[in-house]
Amino acid sequence: MTFRPEELLADQIAQLIGDVRHVAVGNASPIPATAALLARERGRGRPYVSLLGSPKNTFWTDGARELFDCAGQGRIDVFFLSGGQIDGHGNINLVEIGDHAHPKVRFPGSFGSAYLYYVVPKVILFRTEHSRRTLVPQVDYVSAPGASEPNVFRTGGPVALITNRCLFSFAGGRFTLQSVHPGHTVEEVIEHTGFDFDRPANVPETPPPSAETLKLMRETVAPQLAELYPQFAAQVFGVAVPSS
Amino acid sequence: MSQIAATLDEAIEVIADGCMLVVPREVSGVPMDATRALIRRGIRRLHLVALPTSSLQADLLIGAGCVATLETSAVSLGEYGPAPRFTAAILSGSIKMKDATCPALHAALQASEKGVPFMPLRGLIGSDVLKYRDDWKVIDSPFGDNDPIVLLPAIKPDVALFHAAMADVHGNVWLGRQRELATMAHAAVKTIVTVDRIHPGNLLDNPTFAAGTLPGFYVDRIALTERGAWPLPLPDYYAADAAHLAEYAKMAATEEGFAEYLDKYVYEKQAA
Repeated sequence: MTFRPEELLADQIAQLIGDVRHVAVGNASPIPATAALLARERGRGRPYVSLLGSPKNTFWTDGARELFDCAGQGRIDVFFLSGGQIDGHGNINLVEIGDHAHPKVRFPGSFGSAYLYYVVPKVILFRTEHSRRTLVPQVDYVSAPGASEPNVFRTGGPVALITNRCLFSFAGGRFTLQSVHPGHTVEEVIEHTGFDFDRPANVPETPPPSAETLKLMRETVAPQLAELYPQFAAQVFGVAVPSS
Repeated sequence: MSQIAATLDEAIEVIADGCMLVVPREVSGVPMDATRALIRRGIRRLHLVALPTSSLQADLLIGAGCVATLETSAVSLGEYGPAPRFTAAILSGSIKMKDATCPALHAALQASEKGVPFMPLRGLIGSDVLKYRDDWKVIDSPFGDNDPIVLLPAIKPDVALFHAAMADVHGNVWLGRQRELATMAHAAVKTIVTVDRIHPGNLLDNPTFAAGTLPGFYVDRIALTERGAWPLPLPDYYAADAAHLAEYAKMAATEEGFAEYLDKYVYEKQAA
């Protein structure tokens, strides 16, 4: 069965989510949102899923701060972050490229990363442009660090990085190549990655999503996604854009 | 005396040049009619606090030259791409940017809400967000053992401005579950609200409404602006106008296009 790259990534992210109680998804994260809703469908309503910005797919009643208060107490198990740059230490940059006084490029901003990266046990990094421009040896601006000094309160951090080419795991301050997506190669991953990473002698291919998963994603998840991500749902799953 | 103003312009009179203005995130009841009215009035030198992020509103105000300082965690048009006027202003250095992280802004407003000088917050240590904020401090927790923690000074805005579904003649405003709007109002010196409609009767008389109501006690002025969040959404009432946001993203990509947008959608409205 043919599938789109976004479907492969969402299926992989759904597996990384694993058996947890509460998954939250931040702004501008349509692929993680797909994965979280897929995990909820597979678990018949569990985990709880909170999509930031979606009135239908959240259960917050105490305002926007509730997400962060929840996370601070350890009530959020999985969150997703990206970055204009991500480096080999797991540092992410959502702010700027170049010198801080005179940046060359400006990104939207750090959002909740400078807090959530510390307090959510499983942070899954995603970046759909895997290049030496995005995956760098050292970020220009640390929105949130991949690791902290031992005396800094930290119950969370990165566990994986998924890109359009491959899946890395993260542990002990380093990335390890876990699998390479169909149609891509280890050599290509090395060529396009700006940081050093570990890899086993034989790197497996990322398994494609099953027919059952694709059906669930396209028929059940996609219409739910369209509320928050109409353009993405239309482009990837062909869901009609609702008129306002 | 009723808080309900005769006109939108009268309601926003109190928002002065140079004041600290707090506004909500892009999906939480953004007062877009009021924003357009402020631009028409030619407001200048705002210290804009977007709780905790913004989209079209901050981009418009920045592009129209109304903002001196921006304090927020991110500005973007979401699915429609980067916020072009924000990006251009940062790269040219024409506004002062106080980069924050979402929970820091919530916490700093909560400090004002409680009348205390600061709030502590986890995270942040080791990030450049903290490094470039000389108004934030790190202390060793007095209740811990070698436990550094960040302190954020209270943010006390001069004015909170937001849009909600309805208010009543007593000045009570129904927020529903947009509770951060209550935090903004509690923290600010003055609160101005635009609403889609006036509710007959008293919102506080109905326990279902009362739980989601900001008491008129906190509210200074209310203006009726039907669909006043357009083209942004009003949660639980209407969705964003996707076609318009896409058009904005396209037009605002250049300075000339942005000027055309202002002519077409901001200044034209005055005559209507």
